[in-house]
Amino acid sequence: MPQKLFRRPAPAADLLIKNAHVLDPRAGIDGQHDVLVRGGKIAELGAPGSVSAESLPPTAPTMDATGKHLFPAFVDPHVHLRSPGQEYKENLETGTSSAAAGGFCQVIAMPNTSPVIDAVTVLRSLTTVASQQAHVPTGFLASITVGLQGSDLSPMAALADAGALGFTDDGKPVTSAGMLRKALQYQRLAGGVIALHEEDPALSGAGVMHEGAVSARLGVTGIPSISESTMVARDSALAKFEDARMHFQHLSCVESVQALAYWREAGARVSGEATPHHLTLTHEDVRSLDTRMKMNPPLRTESDRQALIEGLRSGVIECIATDHAPHARYEKEMPFEQAPMGTTGLETAFAAVYNELVKPGVLPLGLVVERMTTGGALYGLQIPTIAVDAEANLVLVDLEASWTVGEHGYVSRSENCCFHGRTFAGVVLTTIAAGSVVYEHGKELDR
Amino acid sequence: MTSHLISIEDLDRAAIERILLRAQSFAEVSGREIKKVPALRGRTVVNLFYEASTRTSSSFELAATRLSADVINIRASGSSIEKGESLRDTVQTLTAYEPAAIVIRSPYAGAAAQVAQWTDAAVVNAGDGKHEHPTQALLDVFALQSRVGRLDGLKIWIVGDVLHSRVARSDISAFQKMGAKVTVAGPPTLLPREIEALGCSASPTLDGLTEADVIYVLRMQHERMQEAFVPSLGEYAARYQINHERLRPGQLVMHPGPVNRGVEISADVIDSEISLIGEQVKAGVAVRMAVLYELLVGTTTLAAVA
Repeated sequence: MPQKLFRRPAPAADLLIKNAHVLDPRAGIDGQHDVLVRGGKIAELGAPGSVSAESLPPTAPTMDATGKHLFPAFVDPHVHLRSPGQEYKENLETGTSSAAAGGFCQVIAMPNTSPVIDAVTVLRSLTTVASQQAHVPTGFLASITVGLQGSDLSPMAALADAGALGFTDDGKPVTSAGMLRKALQYQRLAGGVIALHEEDPALSGAGVMHEGAVSARLGVTGIPSISESTMVARDSALAKFEDARMHFQHLSCVESVQALAYWREAGARVSGEATPHHLTLTHEDVRSLDTRMKMNPPLRTESDRQALIEGLRSGVIECIATDHAPHARYEKEMPFEQAPMGTTGLETAFAAVYNELVKPGVLPLGLVVERMTTGGALYGLQIPTIAVDAEANLVLVDLEASWTVGEHGYVSRSENCCFHGRTFAGVVLTTIAAGSVVYEHGKELDR
Repeated sequence: MTSHLISIEDLDRAAIERILLRAQSFAEVSGREIKKVPALRGRTVVNLFYEASTRTSSSFELAATRLSADVINIRASGSSIEKGESLRDTVQTLTAYEPAAIVIRSPYAGAAAQVAQWTDAAVVNAGDGKHEHPTQALLDVFALQSRVGRLDGLKIWIVGDVLHSRVARSDISAFQKMGAKVTVAGPPTLLPREIEALGCSASPTLDGLTEADVIYVLRMQHERMQEAFVPSLGEYAARYQINHERLRPGQLVMHPGPVNRGVEISADVIDSEISLIGEQVKAGVAVRMAVLYELLVGTTTLAAVA
């Protein structure tokens, strides 16, 4: 199997984390432990006070993590790192340091770059740069169609051989069912999941926010929920027919969750993701026409939000993905209808979900940790786990400490965060990715 | 803190009544031979118009002039806007002239609110996309009050292309604040989904139009339509045109202009005594004088200090 994740060389971590509340629901761990990381691997896991740092080099740090939580580090299957071509918004270095600051140990970048990742040369140049610059292991999806034009298949097999984890035209739907069917058939040769941004352009029209009571008041053209859900239903039927593996990106409405649940029940190999912003905000947050609240798919109604939460709880939606979409300040300082769609999300993902869903008792903490770590599995990546001999992929979080989003700027190159100004409990203290310490709170990043 | 007029939602009924009372006294000034008052002498009002406008831009200009302000008019064509300057950069440039007020018309919703964040001047929304046109709503209330007195309990039907109309959105809110009951009616393709959330009723036909005391006719906005929402203007006129066959005695008719004669409204209704169209235009100057005065001189904060 070709290499699928790329990151810059980094020293293997040696450290002892003492008395952390370790929570890894998949491994069945939920309690106080000492964790010894040696040579980038979890070497020992034991009761508090039972693990010694003797086997580590003398300079290796010991961290007193009393009152802090240690989770498997998060995985984000949906980020826009904007390279190549739009490095003024983000690049591999800034995007992956933002990921590290958010507690992520793996991210998967989308191919709607300039040029599009639709050729082996483009992908190779990116994997080369990632091997020099990425702070956390980074994977790439390639486009389904050449130039995201929806008319010709990208060289999927060659792209898979060059490291593509899967395929998506994200940012755009594959409008033609015939085109999509060919990609699903070709998946039998190329492998890789087909991931879809679902939207019917004929229904979305010139829409820029959810079509409903708020868009009616604002006089802003709306995007109806059925623009997404009819495509989820259509494409699930195609997936079933071709027995293909398909994943729906950033689901936003109740009708889509229903369609996904129906087709999973019917045996289609389909899965879905939801973003922290769709899980915590609604179109009511768009009333001020703050362009940070403009994203595609749009923030929808409270019942849509509830359906996404229920989908996450039941497992119909199997993972949380940020759809981290950086834009330059001047681009977002346009009138709402003209501003580009997208919000950054890597640095706020856990805190937003923790504050809005875990603290009020809507979802258990363990379930959120689980859904924030599974996003790579659908592309065949190993799920981070806290177990002896496993590669150290860990995030240490202080759930008591709080912070105000954007108060000290952002690690990302862009600042278009829909949670800007909100005060959240849950501070990421340390992130360990693929055995290396990639983020320490309060410390300048090694750039 | 500078106050702005971005949306009718910025005003409660008392504020609307206060502005319209002042507009009444300015209307009297307009009846004099010397139509100027020195209220804004030495202060600058910028009219920044990103969209074509006749009555709104001219009445704002006249309103500021009659208050003795220095006025700068900037239109999209022939200015740096045409050369691709961003709204923010334009506003920052204009702010260097230390204007007391910026009046902005934009094809985009929320533009006036954004401008208010970027300047110390008082900002008046002269129309932002399909969102709001608050001074139009104020002059509509003024013109209607002048004819019928209080609006409490009045039944007002807003008819036509509600989807593309900022006037409709501001008027629904303003009429309701003044105690009227509002129904919107028009082709189903031109009525926004969930428009009832604004507190009005919605009807896809003109059945029941006889209950209306006032019929507010909207312009068919071909220029805002990127696709066909009705099969033809002929079919629209056949079903929704306001003409004497559809009206009963005692009903009044309003229209924000410019009118498509023979499309949304028949020519004879426009020119009849049941039409308030002329009074609406006339109210524009006095109401906009009152708005500028309210924001720049007679703010509640200043009143509190005095």
